[in-house]
Amino acid sequence: MSDFKVSFRENSTVHIMDLKGYLDAHTTPHLEEAFQKLITEKKYNILVNCKDLSYISSAGLGVFMAFIEDVRMNKGDIKLSNMSPKVFNIFDLLGFPMLYEIFKDESEAVKKFEAKS
Amino acid sequence: MKKAHVPRSAFISNGKKKSSLAKKPSHMIELRLRIASNTEELMHVRKFVSEAAKQFGFGDDDINNIALAVDEACTNIIKHAYNYAEDQDINVVVTMNKTEFQVQIVDHGKHFDPERVQMPEMKEYLSHYKRGGLGMYLMKKLVDKVEYSIQPKQNVVRLTKYLHHGVSR
Repeated sequence: MSDFKVSFRENSTVHIMDLKGYLDAHTTPHLEEAFQKLITEKKYNILVNCKDLSYISSAGLGVFMAFIEDVRMNKGDIKLSNMSPKVFNIFDLLGFPMLYEIFKDESEAVKKFEAKS
Repeated sequence: MKKAHVPRSAFISNGKKKSSLAKKPSHMIELRLRIASNTEELMHVRKFVSEAAKQFGFGDDDINNIALAVDEACTNIIKHAYNYAEDQDINVVVTMNKTEFQVQIVDHGKHFDPERVQMPEMKEYLSHYKRGGLGMYLMKKLVDKVEYSIQPKQNVVRLTKYLHHGVSR
């Protein structure tokens, strides 16, 4: 049983991952597989929509760290959006807003990707 | 991922197979939970600790912070003390008195010396895209006190959060 789901959407420039549920040490392999899938397909403009993400622990945060370097070396980026205050607080405690662009709304993040491409 | 070799969640209190309140002397309440050393159990630990923290009188923010700190402590034990062996035990003991909420997390795995783990300086840490080691840093941020005690046959992590003047966020 897993309390975490990743689903994919895309438009012409951005590959969107929708996260749902609880991201802890038990469920992080699902997120790792999802990132790995996109990177294998050379999809480097990645937007992670956290609207339905209820919980994140450091294991989940570590996944973002694991892939960001690879993605940026390939001229892409990992951006995040639609976080609840509870989830944002954990990203913020670790200083992640210094490293990742976090948007209130998905459309702002998409625009930023489109402006760059 | 491998299945646990022991029951998914065994609640114990005074030898009974359920969680229950145990009245202690000096106005202290104690709650106990035993889990298998399996990441699948993390959600049960969070629920158990969250309910205790709510009963104690903490608000949502504090409840979330305590549950996350305990998750991090258990995750560290599963990874480092037990090296992902799933047939070991972790005991979680919550004690509450008037203003102090304490969670002790006890394992019988490999000793862990917190002095040997360097607290990351986050700016430096992030700029080098490191991962791992974030859990201990988070725990210190989330509760008022984090203590480690290495005893002959067990390791204990003790997390303490205070209820300041009866007010909680």
